[in-house]
Amino acid sequence: MSHLLPLVVALPVLGAAIPFVFGRRFPTSSRRVTALVLLGQVGLAGAIVATVATAGAQAYVVGGLPATVGIGLLADELSSLFVLFIAVAAATLYVTVRTDASGPTDALWLLFVAGVTGIAVTADVFNLYVFLEIAGLAAYALVATRRGPRAALAALHYLLVGTVGATFYLLGVGYLYVATGTLRMADLGPELANVGYGSPLVLTAFALIALGLSVKIALFPLHAWKPDAYAAAETDVAALLATLGSTVPGYALVRLTFDVFTVDFLDAVAIVQGALVTAGLVSVVVGGYLTIRQSNVRRLLSYSSVLQFGLVVVGIGLATPAAVTAALILVLANGVAKGGLFVAAGLYEREFGAYTVSEYAGLARERPVLAGAVTVGFTSLVGLPPTVGFAGKWYLAVAAMEVGDWVVAAVVLLSTLLSLAYAARIVERLYLSSAPSDGPVAADGGMDTHRSRRAVAVTVLAAVATIALGLGSTALAEWFAPVVEGWV
Amino acid sequence: MTTVESLLVDRGAYVVYALLVGIGLFVLVDDDNLVKKIVGLNLFQTGVFLFFIAAAYRVDGRAPLLAGEGPYTNPLPHVLILTAIVVGVSVTAVALALVVRLYDEYGTLSESEIVEARS
Repeated sequence: MSHLLPLVVALPVLGAAIPFVFGRRFPTSSRRVTALVLLGQVGLAGAIVATVATAGAQAYVVGGLPATVGIGLLADELSSLFVLFIAVAAATLYVTVRTDASGPTDALWLLFVAGVTGIAVTADVFNLYVFLEIAGLAAYALVATRRGPRAALAALHYLLVGTVGATFYLLGVGYLYVATGTLRMADLGPELANVGYGSPLVLTAFALIALGLSVKIALFPLHAWKPDAYAAAETDVAALLATLGSTVPGYALVRLTFDVFTVDFLDAVAIVQGALVTAGLVSVVVGGYLTIRQSNVRRLLSYSSVLQFGLVVVGIGLATPAAVTAALILVLANGVAKGGLFVAAGLYEREFGAYTVSEYAGLARERPVLAGAVTVGFTSLVGLPPTVGFAGKWYLAVAAMEVGDWVVAAVVLLSTLLSLAYAARIVERLYLSSAPSDGPVAADGGMDTHRSRRAVAVTVLAAVATIALGLGSTALAEWFAPVVEGWV
Repeated sequence: MTTVESLLVDRGAYVVYALLVGIGLFVLVDDDNLVKKIVGLNLFQTGVFLFFIAAAYRVDGRAPLLAGEGPYTNPLPHVLILTAIVVGVSVTAVALALVVRLYDEYGTLSESEIVEARS
């Protein structure tokens, strides 16, 4: 079985060669092959989750080298679920909303999947850097595939900021290596304890790694690339990046904090824990304020991620079992909700030429099902039951009260109010405002009903997933429990 | 020797690393010219590469050949940085390609002029 682990990374990498080579000459067949590769990826990921469920965590060392020197891969409850989420999201978005008909760019889609899957399964900190850059490069190029200078400038900014983030991460890895002489996550935990948590090398390593990944998850004030890139990209690319682009680095931050640095490090160095919680809280408050001020819907959704990832970092900083579970659930909740909402935003743009909140006026009458699904997505971002967003915030609030941190509890509540302020504005526009007198206009020269129906379907799917994960959040927390309890 | 002198003599590579990272980041943030921003990014990355390579050094270290005699310098950071250099080259290529596209559109490399032309 364990050969599944390298395969889940290798399949999209090798698959990427097909659209790259044949995409121009045989666009239709190349698209079919790409879809098949992505569906095969779902199969592999499903098999990995099934194996982990029956036989427990699976470790693999590439090339059969001894574990101490080889590059390790690890599928435990946590990483296997993220691999499955990546595979399902990428395949669903590809078969439903992929618009770029020029085959070669599909190679970027597959390389992005390979990169984020690699981040999820790797057990080696340098390997994680390489995958971070593979995913990053594919993402920059995907943003740039849209014609026109606006996308090019946004992609360049994304590239400059993203590369600085990844290089800070690399520098942090360098400090870790100098301190311990190993790059393997499983060895780094005990080795760092030997070095001593007060060591400047260890502290600097954590600061650099946290800084680097904060760029990738777009924590305030390192968030500016995100609204630009997600608003300038093609709608399908924006949906893919919004679902996975920050979700997987968010997972990586959790994994590195608790697997490599461990909770003992956080306990020993109070200033790190304080800094994490503070950075998270600031991101929640400022992110919420900035979200409310947006009129462009895609920018609004991007800023809302700044708020959501603020909550995630608060969860990491609190470092109790409930808080870490909350962080993981919130990462997934944001990914699912944003994926659906970005697809919906793309559909509103194409069908009605509606880019801003005010242009959404009365559109619920035109497409009631879509508006319903959008409402569910926003409900999850606000954090109301029975959605998965509620489950995440609930665990976080419980964790804050357990440790008696009333500031955090208050900010969690405030985040709900801030989110309600922007979510209610859009939902109110959709349902209660009357449509402009001249009626909706088709922006793209008439509707492509087939494509629209698929876009509505994927938005509804995201809404259903949001509620299903919400109702099943206890099961989700129990699934994560073996890993989380091993950490804290 | 004074502290500064001994720092330069014993830890010269680390001083250069700090300078490269600092100068690179400053150019990246401060300069208006998009190509110079990319040069800044490259300086920053090169600084980080130097950090790894300097960390691999040991006094009287030799090339890590099985046939040769030790003590060896640590080959692992060299290998890591070989990978990182490849990544850096790819990033630079993509960045320059984007700059070419922007230049074709606006006829300038100045970021502020591009932003102005857009609004």
